[in-house]
Amino acid sequence: MDNIKLALLGNPNSGKTTLFNALTGANHYVGNWAGVTVEKKEGNLKYKDNEIVVTDLPGIYSISPYSMEEKISRNFIINEGCDIVINIVDASFIERNLLLTLQLLELRRPMIIALNMMDEAEKKNIKINVKKLSELMGIPVVPIIAKDEHGIDVLLETIVNYNYDKKSDFLIQYEKIVENEIDNIAQRLEKHDLKHYEKRWLSLKLLEKDEELIDIYPNFNEDKEVDFEEIITKTKFDYIDSLLKKSTKIPEIKFDEKSNFVDKILLNRFLGIPIFMAMMAFVFYLTFNVGGIFQNWLDIFFSSFLSNGVTSILTSLGVSSLVISLIVDGIIAGVGGVLSFVPNIAILFLAISVLEDSGYMARVALIMDKWMVKVGLSGKAFIPMILGFGCNVPAIMSTRSLENEKDRLLAILINPFMSCGARFPVYVLFSSIFFPGYETLVMFSLYALGVVMALVFAYIFRRTLFKGEPTPFIMELPPYRIPTLKALYIHVWEKVKDYITKAGTVIFGAAVVLWILLNFNFTGLVPVGESFGASIGKLIAPLFIPLGFGNWQSALSLLSGVAAKEVVVANMSILFGGADASMDVLKINLSGYFTQLSAYSFMVFVLLYTPCIAVIAVIKRETNSWKWTGFSVVYQIIVAWFSAMLVYQIGSLFIA
Amino acid sequence: MPLNMIDSGKNVILKGITRGSRLKRKLQDMGLTPGVKFNVVSNHRNGPMIVDIRGTRLALGRGVVSKILVDEF
Repeated sequence: MDNIKLALLGNPNSGKTTLFNALTGANHYVGNWAGVTVEKKEGNLKYKDNEIVVTDLPGIYSISPYSMEEKISRNFIINEGCDIVINIVDASFIERNLLLTLQLLELRRPMIIALNMMDEAEKKNIKINVKKLSELMGIPVVPIIAKDEHGIDVLLETIVNYNYDKKSDFLIQYEKIVENEIDNIAQRLEKHDLKHYEKRWLSLKLLEKDEELIDIYPNFNEDKEVDFEEIITKTKFDYIDSLLKKSTKIPEIKFDEKSNFVDKILLNRFLGIPIFMAMMAFVFYLTFNVGGIFQNWLDIFFSSFLSNGVTSILTSLGVSSLVISLIVDGIIAGVGGVLSFVPNIAILFLAISVLEDSGYMARVALIMDKWMVKVGLSGKAFIPMILGFGCNVPAIMSTRSLENEKDRLLAILINPFMSCGARFPVYVLFSSIFFPGYETLVMFSLYALGVVMALVFAYIFRRTLFKGEPTPFIMELPPYRIPTLKALYIHVWEKVKDYITKAGTVIFGAAVVLWILLNFNFTGLVPVGESFGASIGKLIAPLFIPLGFGNWQSALSLLSGVAAKEVVVANMSILFGGADASMDVLKINLSGYFTQLSAYSFMVFVLLYTPCIAVIAVIKRETNSWKWTGFSVVYQIIVAWFSAMLVYQIGSLFIA
Repeated sequence: MPLNMIDSGKNVILKGITRGSRLKRKLQDMGLTPGVKFNVVSNHRNGPMIVDIRGTRLALGRGVVSKILVDEF
């Protein structure tokens, strides 16, 4: 075999992505296929003349389809999207992990077990006789430590030497009453098209009333006296017990001691929430303040050093002043204004990655569950909200882990209120100019307002559009792990790369278009006030008069901000900065158009109004509905308008 | 008795789960099958319970634990 398609499948947290990166190394890229179905990563590698394509699937506990993620993984395997399944089993949690393994073995497809985290198993004094285990299950078992890249060669060797023609005859014998039913169903299936399904497996799944298969074979949807599914799953766990008795020495299965200790503190009924709040405050402190230092340096680099340098070089080359204006006032001011925030974005994503990789994120869901239940969501729905602080696009995609479609839709609709990293530059710009000394407080108030709005609208929607109970909260709490530098690096770099790419594409394009709009009208080159841009701005500016910023510049910025929220800052830099877009110049220019109050109202509007095109696109993809996409866009504009209006009007009463 | 009545620190054996829901299926897949013994790590009367089962740690919301029947041992 020279062209092998692998699929990595295993429980959440079993190290799939680590193995994926270990296998594909520097070649890995993230493939995103359009449509509702997919978020699987694909990469490739070459091993001894074999081209190997690896697909990393979302982690699942079982091949019964509950959440969308689970459906994706299951369908990929069942519908033969691969030549061989690499089932990753976390050796330190072998008992629970083997349930999925048995379900996969019953499919009778080519399969290898990668027994991961052998080092952690050893620490827990779990001794596994790998050879015995392999004999008992009839497939190769390769011990590995994915994070250290141990055993990867052996795994690859096993993959290329695998006998792909040999059919597996793995069988779990169930008790008589189950076997009779299976035979019975198998017989009735004679009259049906089996498609590509294996007959015994299909019979078993129909007996378990597998939702997706019952849809294909509706004749088999029958209510039975006995809960067969319970018996089948119990038999599998009994089978696992006997497997483990024959092949392993497990002291007394206990949860990780250290994690138990940490949980006692972090999940303490009184300390849990204060500790979480303190952690979030610390994350924002790092993002605002420490990131701010680097941001200042970059800002100086772009606005003085680079602008002046480029201007003098181009002037000495005799380039026309119009072209210089395009490059300096348009591109450098626009793109540079956005790029200077890379350090803040990197710190924010680093913090989020640490929360995720350490195992704390699952605890946050637990801590917040009792509050989330009050607004009609489960604690699990809080995780996408936190991810939204980074970027709403992956955050909305992460709602796939929610089991119920109503919950998922609800979580998607409120997510854009979580203030993403792209809105952050707007706050920095305005708060540093209008609220010097109180920047952190102002920014914190905006982030908090976003969370409050998300919760308020969750409450409202749950009682109107999506009546019903939230999905019951069931979540595994993984052991705490110290995140590896490599994983953090990959995670952060992926996000920062996206941000920089966006600056080089969307924002670059927007900056050029905007420069043209601001320098021309039908008659040709004109002063800014008579340009296309001014005309467009003036057309919609009256809408913003009640909000305190009825000038055409703000209107135009907000409109173009739909391309990407960073564009608002890019615009402001171009509109109010000009050739020397340093903070000082911006400050003087902006003060003519905004007061403290209208600046705050402007930030509230930016926080709440329709997010960028990328988010609109992901909402369309995830809801698969133009109706909900349109609804999300419109309701957020309305909410933003009323909120900013109230801030300005009520504020005016006190300040005037 | 239902799991939500059990105090922190107690060991229990699973008797059954109220039938007829996707919830039951999910719990079984997480290892909650009849006869399994597990430990209640914490139960605070509001907020999710934490249990250790088959070597793993699970958080179970209040809506879930009332549907799980156990005996202390």
